[in-house]
Amino acid sequence: MNITLNGTSQQTGAETLADLLNEMGYADARVATAVNEEFVPAASRTEHRLNDGDRVEIVTPRQGG
Amino acid sequence: MPTYYDTEVASRLMLGTAQYPSPAILAEAFRRSGAGIATVSVRREAGSERAGQAFWDLIRDLGVHVLPNTAGCHSVREAVTTAQMARELFGTDWIKLEVIGHADTLQPDPFGLVEAARILTDEGFKVFPYCTEDLVICEKLVEAGCRVLMPWGAPIGTGLGLNNIYGLRTLRAHFPDLPLVVDAGLGVPSQAAHAMELGYDAVLLNTAVAKAGDPAAMADGFARALVAGRMGFEADPMMPRDMAAPSTPVLGQAFS
Repeated sequence: MNITLNGTSQQTGAETLADLLNEMGYADARVATAVNEEFVPAASRTEHRLNDGDRVEIVTPRQGG
Repeated sequence: MPTYYDTEVASRLMLGTAQYPSPAILAEAFRRSGAGIATVSVRREAGSERAGQAFWDLIRDLGVHVLPNTAGCHSVREAVTTAQMARELFGTDWIKLEVIGHADTLQPDPFGLVEAARILTDEGFKVFPYCTEDLVICEKLVEAGCRVLMPWGAPIGTGLGLNNIYGLRTLRAHFPDLPLVVDAGLGVPSQAAHAMELGYDAVLLNTAVAKAGDPAAMADGFARALVAGRMGFEADPMMPRDMAAPSTPVLGQAFS
């Protein structure tokens, strides 16, 4: 299916958000996630099923003012 | 020292973590500033280099409180979701809430800010709102549950200092017991001293330190200015007057 990951369109075979993080190599990374602008807590990633057209955000700690 | 949501912080300086020439200079600036709080953000993970993890390790080593922001958010929904992600990433319910309303001035959107503050407070966040010095908006933020206010001195990154002394003084008078922090717009230490002399509890800096030629020295300068300004405030300054008043005794002057 086709999703938008961090603003970029891409194909994925991942069925869940946890699968996608594995696919991207972020399984053990310090990241937080949102799908279609809704926060998805880490504990819910395994159950959170992805759908065609989903907009996924994967964020990490960064510098800020 | 200021207390934010029942947490006392042993410094009147909050320092941003962006735009430093190097991580080592960032760490040295923090050390010399004595800052008790570091502001941070959340941004998209890019590639496999795990820059986020390295940055998080650096911040943890600073040994300060972490205040995540919602910088760059222009809508309530973006700000709320960003805050939720930040809470999980950084393990804190503190959030510096920014809802930006204007692209050129980065002026807060007061309506979105109050709405987001209410939503986040209801979700258990401890909201530090980046706001203007507008008294009515600040009252609404307090009604929404904010126990600290962070009015700008001037637009972010300008270094213009305290643009509305009257407004800042009015806020201080109206909220005598609430922590007030000048957030944004400061460029040099004298402006921070001035904020202290107005009775403000703290200032938040980033660009003024990070973009100085010598960030660590500038951080040190701000730290000293905060001490000087606060002492001036606590020492109950004299009232200004228009006409000169001789300080040397007139009585006993020769040739009189």
